Amino acid sequence: MTKKIKFVQGNEACVEGALYAGCSFFAGYPITPSTEIAELLAARLPQHGGTFIQMEDEIAAMSAIIGASLTGKKVLTATSGPGFSLKQEAIGYACMAEVPCVVANVQRGGPSTGNPTHVAQGDINQARWGTHGDHSIIALTASNHQDIFQMTVDAFNLAETYRTPVILLFDEAVGHLRAKLEIPTEGELHVVDRLRTSLPEGVNYHPYLPREDGRLPMSDFGDVHRYNVTGLFHDMWGFPTADPTYINDLLHHLVDKIENNVKDITRYKEHFMDDAQYVLVSYGSSARSAIHLATERRLRGERLGVLELQSIWPFPKELIREKCDSARAVLVCEMNMGQLTAHVRAAVRKPNRVFLANRTDGKLISPLDIKRSLRMIQGRGV
Amino acid sequence: MAVQEYIRDRFFPQMWCEGCGHGTILNSLLRAIEDLGISKSDIVMTSGIGCSARISGYVDFHSLHTMHGRALACATGVKMAKPELNVIVPMGDGDALAIGGNHFIHACRRNIDMTAIVMNNRIYGMTGGQYSPLSGVGTMATTAPYSSIDNAFDVVKLAEAAGATFVARTTTYHVAEAVTYLKKAIQHKGFSVVEIMSQCPTYYGRKNKKGSAVNMLEWFKEITGKLGSKELEDNPSLIARGIFVDEDKPEYCSEYNKIIERASKR
Repeated sequence: MTKKIKFVQGNEACVEGALYAGCSFFAGYPITPSTEIAELLAARLPQHGGTFIQMEDEIAAMSAIIGASLTGKKVLTATSGPGFSLKQEAIGYACMAEVPCVVANVQRGGPSTGNPTHVAQGDINQARWGTHGDHSIIALTASNHQDIFQMTVDAFNLAETYRTPVILLFDEAVGHLRAKLEIPTEGELHVVDRLRTSLPEGVNYHPYLPREDGRLPMSDFGDVHRYNVTGLFHDMWGFPTADPTYINDLLHHLVDKIENNVKDITRYKEHFMDDAQYVLVSYGSSARSAIHLATERRLRGERLGVLELQSIWPFPKELIREKCDSARAVLVCEMNMGQLTAHVRAAVRKPNRVFLANRTDGKLISPLDIKRSLRMIQGRGV
Repeated sequence: MAVQEYIRDRFFPQMWCEGCGHGTILNSLLRAIEDLGISKSDIVMTSGIGCSARISGYVDFHSLHTMHGRALACATGVKMAKPELNVIVPMGDGDALAIGGNHFIHACRRNIDMTAIVMNNRIYGMTGGQYSPLSGVGTMATTAPYSSIDNAFDVVKLAEAAGATFVARTTTYHVAEAVTYLKKAIQHKGFSVVEIMSQCPTYYGRKNKKGSAVNMLEWFKEITGKLGSKELEDNPSLIARGIFVDEDKPEYCSEYNKIIERASKR
């Protein structure tokens, strides 16, 4: 069977990945630079009996996908900076009520309205801590179209597996870049279906009682099991409780179900890492420049490697520590004021050997930008 | 099916104050559903935050207790994803018209088939008695210690102007009316709004010297008049009760089905 090859924007690769994963419901609100995701799904979803709705605001869009997910659909919304801020309330709700959903954030410059049409990666920490209270979160990212497709499929899979919102942290550069996308054939990539309870009608179903493997089978709204969903701390029935034991247990469950599975969730790529003396840690479109520089310097015999993160949260602390351990220096390449750098420093044995190569003016960080920073820390001057 | 069978009695006693009108609304709603004979598994009740919102926990339907003001937005997702479900959305006055005001007018505009109930006690009860967008000028509240200067929304006019195709108003005094209007609202194909004035003797009553729950119910009788009645004609300052809008217009989910048909042919 010949593969379907398309020449598309990164945002369209996300759409293709979502449809491949079985997404059948999208609610959104127009915002640059993610709007193409909404536009494309407005056309594509109804062709297969799916549903697209443009809501009155970002909060409503996030709320609508939560409602739709509870009826058994795989759901997506897409946004950028200011919209991501607005969605935080409902993202927290989805964490608490354990509603599977995927939120694509095609990052632009912030804070506030910021720099709508240019690239940035300033939402790294917001993806983790944007909503109030303790919880954990999964956030994936990608530097090229094939990976955007794969990470989007993975996002839906992880959302179902862990019953949690999953954030796709893309950025304007990779979202708007046009490149080749090879669409995998059906069955080529693993797709996780909704885990539904097998309990028949008349048998008590506890929506928040984990199985032995930690997973919580769901029951669709409209099906025979009727239960309560709330953003309050709740018991195994989903009914509100102020019992300190239940509160403590639920909070730990929300954190542990993700933090205890960092290895399963972590996704990364290594480029020239085997004997690397200098390690570039990067992600998203910044990683493209890091890989470009490493490829070029290798030709000159310089032992430069790239650790490309495809998952940011839960933070792969062990991986970073292991891969950076023998490096003379670690250079984190990102388009913000060092949001990931701080976490890399906290992960490694020698934090004073971790440096930041960044660009924060709305321009894509270039291989030359990274090379200049590298030469400085090598003591070779720019 | 007996009314009791619609209740999750293991979660009782309920948490509303003594004399609160919200229990009367729950009762009216369950009697309306009982009369209509709708299966419990075909109903999704979506609520927001506040005293009103706790109603969804007590009913044996699929229940979604969401965020402050977001009940209609979540309900829109439920309904669009599974249009065959009956979606009922009880909200408080602050919930529906302050923090949820945008969702309210847009749900009206879409004419999506669901029933919104505004449980209007003209106060934020859960937080201890602050003025709401339905309190009106002159209301005393903890955040209006010198009386409120905020004009109130007229829910009926707002819903009608925004495009709701069934709009009614009654009070917790007029229980039979409430049951009738709720039945009609649930049966109506399109977006229905039923405002039910509800007494909060604990905060609104105390702050505004309205007396006990019984006094407040009698007050509802005095300050309202039925649409078309001589009483209302003679005294236009009364708050009108009745069905203000009941019209047949294209419903959102049905219209989206036509989009699916058109798109599938491409």
